[in-house]
Amino acid sequence: MRALLIRDLRLALRAGGGFGLGLAFFLIVVVLVPFSVGPAPELLTRIAPGVLWLGALLACLLSLDRLLAVDWEDGALDLLATSPLPLEGVVAIKAVAHWITTGLPLVLAAPVLGVLLNLAPAGYGVLVLSLLLGTPALSMIGAFGAALTVGIKRGGLLLSLLVLPLYVPTLIFGAEAARRGAEGLDPGTPLLMLAGITGAVLALMPFAAGAVLRVNLR
Amino acid sequence: MSLWEYANPVKFLRLSERVLPWFWGLSAMCLVVGLVWGFFFTPDDFRQGSTVKIIYLHVPSALMAINAWFMMLVASLIWIIRRHHVSALAARAAAPVGVVMTLIALFTGAIWGQPMWGTWWAWDPRLTSFLILFLFYLGYIALWEAIEDPDTAADLTSILCLVGTVFAVLSRYAVNFWNQGLHQGASLSLDKEENVADVFYQPLLVCIAGFVCLFFALVLYRTGTEIRVRRTRALIAREGKLA
Repeated sequence: MRALLIRDLRLALRAGGGFGLGLAFFLIVVVLVPFSVGPAPELLTRIAPGVLWLGALLACLLSLDRLLAVDWEDGALDLLATSPLPLEGVVAIKAVAHWITTGLPLVLAAPVLGVLLNLAPAGYGVLVLSLLLGTPALSMIGAFGAALTVGIKRGGLLLSLLVLPLYVPTLIFGAEAARRGAEGLDPGTPLLMLAGITGAVLALMPFAAGAVLRVNLR
Repeated sequence: MSLWEYANPVKFLRLSERVLPWFWGLSAMCLVVGLVWGFFFTPDDFRQGSTVKIIYLHVPSALMAINAWFMMLVASLIWIIRRHHVSALAARAAAPVGVVMTLIALFTGAIWGQPMWGTWWAWDPRLTSFLILFLFYLGYIALWEAIEDPDTAADLTSILCLVGTVFAVLSRYAVNFWNQGLHQGASLSLDKEENVADVFYQPLLVCIAGFVCLFFALVLYRTGTEIRVRRTRALIAREGKLA
């Protein structure tokens, strides 16, 4: 398991792995928002938590089609399927690797980009905390979507169509927690709900993703 | 004699051909009676005026939109557990019907909302969760269309249906948390004091019965079509090999 994790991380970090693309995308989305809604500081302050959450979610979505497709194309996935590690474990590890290379940098970059959007000072801690709790769920749900569409040529668009509705609850609670934090309200309830969703997704989704991958490898 | 006999496509087709005319006839009768009764022989509501009559399309279609997904869930479970092809095809056949029902509910809701709430659309929990349900339907159908091998497609879509159900229910309650609504609560419960008045209730029940029959008729018909399409494909493949 650890070997697979290290292999995936190394592949992602080396040249051509696409590491940092999600981060750059996140930056661009956040930079484009003031161009589209105007630079008024109070408006930006109000929408900052939501925009940061949406940007992180889209950046996460962007890199999903590489999550399994690369290994599918060169046949590594077939080898992994015959290894003693069950496919559920393989998918879970791949989601973890995706989170470390995509989700975690987004979490760390969010406060910096928050400055650009004039985020209220009280909001930074809760924003980072909510993203930290929420992004693992995004990666794991995305791994399920990637497993569903891995056998389809040009499945990227379909992947987005399948995964985005599944992201709704995470986005609602995550953005709500960040908004309450920024407005100085108590973010406890949405944070707990968010943590609950992430916990349930991490516990159950590998089984769904593993079952789907097994069908696709048949 | 058990229900599972109808997992055999031949028996299923024979049965569905026998009951289909009944369903078509019943649904046509109920819809005509219910809609005419509702549109022309009920009084206007004292506050809503004649717009209240949209209820005869809005409520039944919304009910069937949810029940169609529920039926797909049951059919998907049967496919995963017992692997009856008819079940997978029935789930596939129900999805477009469900989409249309969802759209009817959303459109009639918008038309009703405009004079009543002064807006076509509001981010009300019920409206929002219906829109999300619509997106789930789209994803489900798109996945069916994208995969060529029918068994793989059936497996993948049924797992998507299970996962989607969990997330649809989750979203339904998450949006409650996110925004308070304009939409009224349930007004057709059997155990509540405050319900729709009887003059509106009776034609509404007839309309609901009509929509239920229409749904069964459409799903049976479309499932039959799917079975025949698959048979034709098998025949073509066999003949092609001979030639």
